Amino acid sequence: MNRSTIDLWVGIFVAIGFAALLFLAMKVGNLASFSTAQTYQVQANFANIGGLKVRAPIKSAGVVVGRVAEVRFDNESFEAMVTMNMDARYQFPRDTVAKILTSGLLGEQYIGLEAGGDSAMLKSSDRLRLTQSAVVLENLISQFLFNKAQEGKDNKDAK
Amino acid sequence: MTQFAERVAQPLRRLGQSVSTRIWRLGFASRFFFYMLVHSGTALRRFHLTMREIYFSGVLSLIIILVSGLFVGMVLGLQGYETLQRYGASESLGVLVALSLVRELGPVVAGLLFASRAGSAITAEIGLMKATEQISAMEMMAVDPIARVVAPRFWGGVISMPLLAALFSGMGIFGGYLVGVQLIGVDEGAFWSQMQAAVDVRSDILNGVIKSVVFGFAVCWIAVFEGYDAPPTAEGVSGATTRTVVTSSLAILALDFMLTALMFTGGNAS
Repeated sequence: MNRSTIDLWVGIFVAIGFAALLFLAMKVGNLASFSTAQTYQVQANFANIGGLKVRAPIKSAGVVVGRVAEVRFDNESFEAMVTMNMDARYQFPRDTVAKILTSGLLGEQYIGLEAGGDSAMLKSSDRLRLTQSAVVLENLISQFLFNKAQEGKDNKDAK
Repeated sequence: MTQFAERVAQPLRRLGQSVSTRIWRLGFASRFFFYMLVHSGTALRRFHLTMREIYFSGVLSLIIILVSGLFVGMVLGLQGYETLQRYGASESLGVLVALSLVRELGPVVAGLLFASRAGSAITAEIGLMKATEQISAMEMMAVDPIARVVAPRFWGGVISMPLLAALFSGMGIFGGYLVGVQLIGVDEGAFWSQMQAAVDVRSDILNGVIKSVVFGFAVCWIAVFEGYDAPPTAEGVSGATTRTVVTSSLAILALDFMLTALMFTGGNAS
């Protein structure tokens, strides 16, 4: 086989190799959609974040508007400090409520935002004041049992 | 008494000899690797030499890589659907297929195929050149055989390997799509959109590419070294070819474990 045929085949090989890489990056991964968008950072403190992970989605009305950038323990307030990367296309009022919610019964946890009524908008490195922690199943059950026990006691006292 | 001591000493001596031989070979292999890197200039300056090797180890491996990628993807689609539909999560089939191919199966299976298809050929070729004294002839003519013969084969393989792994993953995802969407009837929109939401370009695809580059270096190093170090007999060349396939397969699996442990530990994947 002469040299130019080899060059042709190697050229085809390299071209389809890079095409496969491009396919992986654009069609399989999400290079085109989110990671290049402009973002601003907002922080929020939660008493308990449950199983929230870095890169978990931040949704408002079910639409993804950002991603969790960092989860840290704040050693002064003894709370979890969550840094969120918000898509710059979406602006939220200052009194927006952040809740940690679960998608489905056993699904992954995400942050849900509910817009407030303030006319001033959130700016970069602002902090959300109103937050609601993740629901911890053990606390819920113990509360329920405690209520039941209390009920039984009240009934006995009434007799 | 002395007979007993002799009987104990014999296996110990053999063990010690085999360990020291192995360490000696490892040292020689490392020295060989650095010598080859230093003398790679010729392979890159006279690039048609490397081109030829990309043709032999890359282009000629295309068929086996593409076909096995397609079948691996189709099997993943069938098996994944079987399990996922029990939990009512058959829309996540795309995520399953894409993540397992891009992170693990693509680089590893392509690396194993590459080692047995191209690595063994490189070893056999260099070993036979040595057995037929072509290498000594080059040395006589003051041509450095490492720069002229070994380095182009090494770089040709290193360039081919990541491209082959990417083709394997791409073909596998296409196979998963064929089985999942066209044959079984998973929703096409959910298949692609869940895949795009779950696969991250940096932490999944780039790490997969890094893996395949590392495997390329490992396989090609083992292949050229075994060929260059082969005893110049028919038996020696066949033994070296076998050793290339065995050693590079083990190296790929061990390196894969180490790289996975480094890249995907916990949620803080870089």
